[in-house]
Amino acid sequence: MALKLPIYMDYHATTPCDPRVFEAMRPYFTETFGNAASRNHQFGWEAEEAVENARKLVAELIGASSKEIVFTSGATESDNLALKGVADMYYERGDHIITAVTEHKAILDTCKKLEKRGFKVTYLPVGGDGLITPDDVRNAITDKTILVSIMMANNEIGVIQPIAEIGKVCKERGVLFHTDATQAIGKIPFNANELNVDLASFSAHKIYGPKGVGGLYVRRKNPRVMLVPMIDGGGHERGMRSGTLNVTGIVGLGKACEIAKEEMPSENERVFQLREKLRTGIMDEIPDVYVNGHPTERLPGNLNVSFAYVEGESLLMGINDIAVSSGSACTSASLEPSYVLKALGVGEELAHSSIRFGLGRFNTEEEVDYTIGRVNEAVNRLRELSPLWEMVQEGVDLSKVQWAGE
Amino acid sequence: MAYSDKVVDHYNNPRNVGSLDKKDPNVGTGLVGAPECGDVMKLQIRINPETQVIEDAKFKTFGCGSAIASSSLATEWLKGRSVNEALEIKNTAIVKELNLPPVKIHCSVLAEDAIKAAVRDFQHKQPAAEDKAEEAALNG
Repeated sequence: MALKLPIYMDYHATTPCDPRVFEAMRPYFTETFGNAASRNHQFGWEAEEAVENARKLVAELIGASSKEIVFTSGATESDNLALKGVADMYYERGDHIITAVTEHKAILDTCKKLEKRGFKVTYLPVGGDGLITPDDVRNAITDKTILVSIMMANNEIGVIQPIAEIGKVCKERGVLFHTDATQAIGKIPFNANELNVDLASFSAHKIYGPKGVGGLYVRRKNPRVMLVPMIDGGGHERGMRSGTLNVTGIVGLGKACEIAKEEMPSENERVFQLREKLRTGIMDEIPDVYVNGHPTERLPGNLNVSFAYVEGESLLMGINDIAVSSGSACTSASLEPSYVLKALGVGEELAHSSIRFGLGRFNTEEEVDYTIGRVNEAVNRLRELSPLWEMVQEGVDLSKVQWAGE
Repeated sequence: MAYSDKVVDHYNNPRNVGSLDKKDPNVGTGLVGAPECGDVMKLQIRINPETQVIEDAKFKTFGCGSAIASSSLATEWLKGRSVNEALEIKNTAIVKELNLPPVKIHCSVLAEDAIKAAVRDFQHKQPAAEDKAEEAALNG
């Protein structure tokens, strides 16, 4: 089979809809188009049935009961609902929230907003491997703490936090525990009870479902978590999220979860092998390449590496038939390199040189082989163009150079 | 972000990549930027001491495609110019030639800085010339 270009290798950003998901959704656009809240006719009943079936499939994937699933527009909304909803519901109990510096902006910016409203937020630092420890959380909890929010898998470096242990600490101290599991649910095993999680955010488009739909797991027992809704209206989703349900999207999310549950073990093994082939294919050939984040405690499809002496955006340009992303400032609007890599203590120079490969369901070995060749060729070419590479070859210690731009 | 055709062309076929002997008294070297900022340019010129004309220019750049293109273009423009004419190359001209978007203007600024740094380095290597200038100033 001929290799089809460009190659998509940015599965942390989004994923294509699985054709099986798309087929499951299809009838709900034009035929079974009812409003799930219409209680008095066939159209509404069918839509409601589809939603409830999807809710069951989501719940089964994450070891929850159907009543614990609230559908939203996606993980950003779920994160906002979890944090603001808990803050507004439990503010009389305390005003302190704990999170981590490497969280997604949906968490960090929500926390900043809550700080403006008077809440106190502790941003836990991470180790050089990107991980926080349960003790970090334990030591940060005060009698004012109402919520701990730690992501399960990081969107940039793919590292997986010790969620079960952190959840245990929170349970012992009677503090609610939310996890942004956007990159985890549907990708790695997740069981809300085993992980001691009270709230968990997730999204359909990261797991081969459609964009614009996601959900929040909200624990109903031990403890029963209450939330103040952000969106008021018809009282949908047990009052936690009003608004006519996105039936098609929800059906897609349910189907995506069903497939994930079924195929996760074999898919993860396959994707992990591709990732390792890519990693060794690059690192065995090119010197001065560094993996960012913990080497093994990471998503099977994630490879985040820095190519020293080569700037990330120029490397993206050199492999422009492969879709990946970079932590380089040049690829963001902010002109700042990745705050996640900075939090790991990765030097800014190496943060500028980082590339995130995200492998997934539809990548093939052939694509990985092609990528290895293209990356190695581009890195070698750009190093020939790099004054830093030249200086290092001449024995110059770059850290001792007085740079004019500093 | 889409790149202009000219940026892509310079990126794919950079002109005058390489290094000149920085110890050569007729070579001026400019090294500007910093790795932490994501851009480092090394730009070198070799000047004919008789005519003060730039006979060769080379560059190496660590940076994005626009930074590589800006320095590549600068070396093209430098060849055949006098030292004084070299100093007349403005970053705005580079922006115009390469169609750089606002977020990439700093790449052109860095190229202008590299030219100035290379000329300055060359001039510092000409003690005789400096002495003469000083003398002239004193006598004047």
